[in-house]
Amino acid sequence: MNTLLELEKKINSELTTKINNSEIKHNQLYLEIDKEDIIDVTLFLKTNKDTKFRQLIDITAVDYPEQSQRFKLVYLFLSHEFNQRIIVSYNINENEIINTLTSIFPASNWMEREVFDMYGINFKDHPDLRRILTDYGFEGHPLRKDFPLTGHTEVRYSEDKKKVVNETVKLEQNYRNFDYESPWEGTSYIKELTDTNDKKN
Amino acid sequence: MTKKIKNLSLNFGPQHPAAHGVLRLILELDGEVVEKADPHIGLLHRGTEKLIENKTYMQAVPYFDRLDYVAPMNQEHAFALAIEKILKIEVPSRAQYIRVIFCEIGRILSHILNVTTQALDVGALTPSLWGFEERETLMTFYERASGSRLHANYFRAGGVHQDLPAGLEEDIAKFCETFPKIINDLENLLTDNRIFKQRNVDIGIVTKEDALDYSFTGVMIRGSGVPWDLRKSQPYECYDQLDFKIPVGKNGDCYDRYLCRIEEMKESVSIIKQCLSKMEKGPIKSQDGKITPPPKKELKQSMEALIHHFKLFTEGYRVPKDEIYTAVEAPKGEFGVYLISDGSSKPYKCKIRAPGFSHLQSMDYLIKGHMLADVPAVLGSLDIVFGEVDR
Repeated sequence: MNTLLELEKKINSELTTKINNSEIKHNQLYLEIDKEDIIDVTLFLKTNKDTKFRQLIDITAVDYPEQSQRFKLVYLFLSHEFNQRIIVSYNINENEIINTLTSIFPASNWMEREVFDMYGINFKDHPDLRRILTDYGFEGHPLRKDFPLTGHTEVRYSEDKKKVVNETVKLEQNYRNFDYESPWEGTSYIKELTDTNDKKN
Repeated sequence: MTKKIKNLSLNFGPQHPAAHGVLRLILELDGEVVEKADPHIGLLHRGTEKLIENKTYMQAVPYFDRLDYVAPMNQEHAFALAIEKILKIEVPSRAQYIRVIFCEIGRILSHILNVTTQALDVGALTPSLWGFEERETLMTFYERASGSRLHANYFRAGGVHQDLPAGLEEDIAKFCETFPKIINDLENLLTDNRIFKQRNVDIGIVTKEDALDYSFTGVMIRGSGVPWDLRKSQPYECYDQLDFKIPVGKNGDCYDRYLCRIEEMKESVSIIKQCLSKMEKGPIKSQDGKITPPPKKELKQSMEALIHHFKLFTEGYRVPKDEIYTAVEAPKGEFGVYLISDGSSKPYKCKIRAPGFSHLQSMDYLIKGHMLADVPAVLGSLDIVFGEVDR
């Protein structure tokens, strides 16, 4: 399995119905699948002798609040053998529970905990689904688009109570998100200039 | 007579000199043997990814300095490469060499810190005193190029922020002559040191298979005998024109990882030397005025430059809708940026893949069955920096 094109063909022919869409860009293969198939697809990618995606690089989610299927789960795999990268993704609804990869890749344990912590997505049969990056007793899921940048609570040391207290955020001034966007497209002549220069050389 | 023995739970950190930052480890001990380790992280969580979503691409760069603050520019590099790939801009050759030089300086910075503090953790004080002097020199190089010792904000999409000041190239070349001697001194202190070896050899062994399963990258996987380095296998910038070797370990223990780091520093010095000799005068950033800001002196004369400057520093440049993952070989392993742009001047999503996160995750697997005193040795050889683990 040398080129990404061959890899794409191979995966499409082996997994046929499981692949909804495949695309090659930026020298990486992007696969879209259904949420039920993640375990099968991962097992295939990991064990097949022509793919050998032996490393799970990362798991993350993307939040699209305006879409009917709110979250997109993204899995990044790497194959040392063939020096290729693959990006597997699928969409889910807000309250859907998805399968964990911990039995296939132990490394997915913390990655899934992070997705749970940041987006509130639940994983079925995960051995240890606790919050990981946020504080003990934290509420909410920070990377959701509807979570405010300033957060809900702030922490300070209270001289009266002689301990650290959690309070709701009080802002002297509301957080202002300036909209600088304007219909400013680039001029095309600079690109043309450099192109002609390149040709001369 | 039978006695009931209860396991002891021990709280290690978050304030502990050997925890290399704010790590809280809950250790379960049977006598002096560690049965289970449960790292609690997130004490340095600053919500970098959330902040980046709310900043323009240019404003997001400094956040990358604050991830692995031991080698700041290596992080910026991954982000800059991601934007450049989406925008399809070429980086001029001088900028590529400058980037590689500073990435390798970052690698040396990080490896010195790691090797010497690991020695400190197992009882040797002198290496850190000697090593930190060199780090200081390297940080002045950072300062002279970018204006800041740590938080450089130097690698921008399209090139680097400014050209190297006069004399810096010569000084870096001079450093490359003297530094190998310092590495030798460190090696004299540590490599054959009986105590250092007793504390590190056969401690925290990682097999090839497990290194893959636990998503190890960088020195952690090379120490276990997997010859994998993104600079060689998926070359970015001008790494494919440079001649360097990838040191690989045999046993996958703490000692092998130490040896790999030492050898990598030597290779880095040779890479810097090659870059210095190949580097030519020329532009240091893309000439596309819509991406890179104009030089300061043009602002007073040219209307166009003034408009560009204003627009770039308020709205910022826009990045077309796309999705990309780019990774660089940071000193600690594969540092990646998974970027989703939506056509505006702010990233829609920016996931940072920090190598230390996966490495620390395996703490339980690495330390199980070892003695309590081995915890700092293993932790030290993982090369953890909490800026990147907690993000």
